[in-house]
Amino acid sequence: MSKTTIVVGLDGSEAGARALAFAKDQAKGIGDCTIAICYVIEWSPFSFQTAEENEERHKRRNEELNLAHSRVLDPAIETAKSEGFDVLGIVRHGDAADILDAVAKQQGASQIVVGRVGARGLKERVFGGVTGRLAASASVPVTIIP
Amino acid sequence: MKRFLTAGLAATALSLPTLAAAQEAVSFDQRVNDVFASSTGWFVNLIFMNLPGTNFPWIVLWLVVAASIFTIYFGFIQIKAFGHAISLVKGDYSDPNDAGEVSHFQALTTALSGTVGLGNIAGVAVAVGIGGPGATFWMILAGLLGMASKFTECTLGVKYRNEYADGTVSGGPMYYMTKGFKERGLPGGKVLAVIFAIFTIGGALGGGNMFQANQAHEQITQITGDFSGLITGVIFAAVVFAVIVGGIKSIASVTEKVVPFMGILYVLAALVILIMNADQIGWAFGQIFAGAFTGLGVAGGFVGALIQGFKRAAFSNEAGVGSAAIAHSAVKTKEPVTEGVVSLLEPFIDTVVICTMTALVITISGVLVMDPATGNFVLNEAGTAIQTIDGSSGVSLTSAAFASGFSWFPYVLAVAVILFAFSTMISWSYYGLKAWTYLFGEGKTTELIFKLIFCFFIIVGAAAQLGAVIDFSDAMIFAMAVVNITALYFLMPIVKREMNSYFKRIKSGEIVKHSH
Repeated sequence: MSKTTIVVGLDGSEAGARALAFAKDQAKGIGDCTIAICYVIEWSPFSFQTAEENEERHKRRNEELNLAHSRVLDPAIETAKSEGFDVLGIVRHGDAADILDAVAKQQGASQIVVGRVGARGLKERVFGGVTGRLAASASVPVTIIP
Repeated sequence: MKRFLTAGLAATALSLPTLAAAQEAVSFDQRVNDVFASSTGWFVNLIFMNLPGTNFPWIVLWLVVAASIFTIYFGFIQIKAFGHAISLVKGDYSDPNDAGEVSHFQALTTALSGTVGLGNIAGVAVAVGIGGPGATFWMILAGLLGMASKFTECTLGVKYRNEYADGTVSGGPMYYMTKGFKERGLPGGKVLAVIFAIFTIGGALGGGNMFQANQAHEQITQITGDFSGLITGVIFAAVVFAVIVGGIKSIASVTEKVVPFMGILYVLAALVILIMNADQIGWAFGQIFAGAFTGLGVAGGFVGALIQGFKRAAFSNEAGVGSAAIAHSAVKTKEPVTEGVVSLLEPFIDTVVICTMTALVITISGVLVMDPATGNFVLNEAGTAIQTIDGSSGVSLTSAAFASGFSWFPYVLAVAVILFAFSTMISWSYYGLKAWTYLFGEGKTTELIFKLIFCFFIIVGAAAQLGAVIDFSDAMIFAMAVVNITALYFLMPIVKREMNSYFKRIKSGEIVKHSH
């Protein structure tokens, strides 16, 4: 286990890729550093579902986890490893801001790096996007990559 | 888009024969009615038969006695575990590693969307219209007792559910009947399960479908004026078809989001009306308590109030019917008791909160005609129900009562009724499907056959005034309770063992809250 850990939020977008690139630069500078790449599948335990959706939920969850690994996380981990980084992949369901902070706490990380996602909908304008909420509530420093 | 078109075309194709048949609708309806009445009348009469020498239907007693027995047997679980139920729904005991699985909140709201509906709006108006405000007292009591029935069936539903190899999870009374009876070394589980499944299909097509379509159409015509139910039926069937056959999940998920909102809006509107008439709330509760024991001159006196209250509570919250055991079974939990505890909230929200709101608004609004001299209610000419200011009953009575507070509310109520009817149909299509696949096996083709039958019955339900068919389907839902409760009596020791073990571990600190 390295002395320093950086948590990076990856979501398959370009902003996420830039965040990972930034984290790699940081890690190089630090030397003994683990990059925890975290992919969050947006989900709330307080959403409303039909009985049929409930029946298939467990199956869908596994599918979502597999997809997150095969499409986004695993390729990123592989590349980072081949570049000589110490990496760790995490996929969780939940609210991205909550999960990233929780993972940072759990891993004893010194910072979180995320890509900035532009305010898309009305909801995000009013309540703030993931990055905004994360910056406001995180327990460790947050770097937001434009 | 293409998928939607295909679904729409298929639905139209499905409805073509019905359109043609509508040419001779009168005779067709009449014929169906006659055939149904003569072949099923005995069954309806059997289910709704009065106890000898009384006008008290035995089925109501059956439900109330069962709920009382479960209440005592599980040591007033509805009071003891109420706080724990809220804690579970909040997710205090959910393992963060299970995020993404079905939460207690989701299982509860899914079940609620199947039960909150016409029963809360129309059923209560019928109860109060016939039995007077006193019926509310018995309705609340039945709701509180019914919580114990739900606890029993939902615990068993989760304990004996199926976790299939493909990752899907489902269950229901059919499975606790077969597996539970086998575990206890009792015979007859399979027979009960088959009978239950047959009644469930009947209930799904009837009370969960035709009745809903019929009432939704009636509500629409009250606003738009009279038009053919065939149109409503075809539209409803097409939308349901798009969801359950076409797999257009977005429609269902929109409904699932709008229905809770409607429920909250309904309760808020009721609260506002109650606050506006705050000075009368004491009087209304006085009416409810006095009416519960004296009847205040309503049809059938105090027994009339009691029967109506109990009957409508059972219709509304379905406690003991077994449908909830299907709805709750997919939850992610290691302890079946937790879902039983969560399900306690279902009759509470449905009956004790929402139904009581409706009843209070009707009582306070003054839509029931009272004799100022005696303080008793005035009966209608036939002497079968309380006279109302505009002669309305059922949904229209609730509508009139709410209109006394907000003149525009009938429009909101109409939308609510349509959405409630739709979500109840989606829920029951699932319950029916589970029973169907239990009988005929799982597979794409067998499932499709049931779904097509289900959509067809929506058109029939909306288009025709099939009194006998609807009586039969109500009887089917209660018949489910006869079979289900019989099984619950045999299986309740298993629930007790689970319950004792679970609460012992909560007390000892073996099961603790997760910090989030």
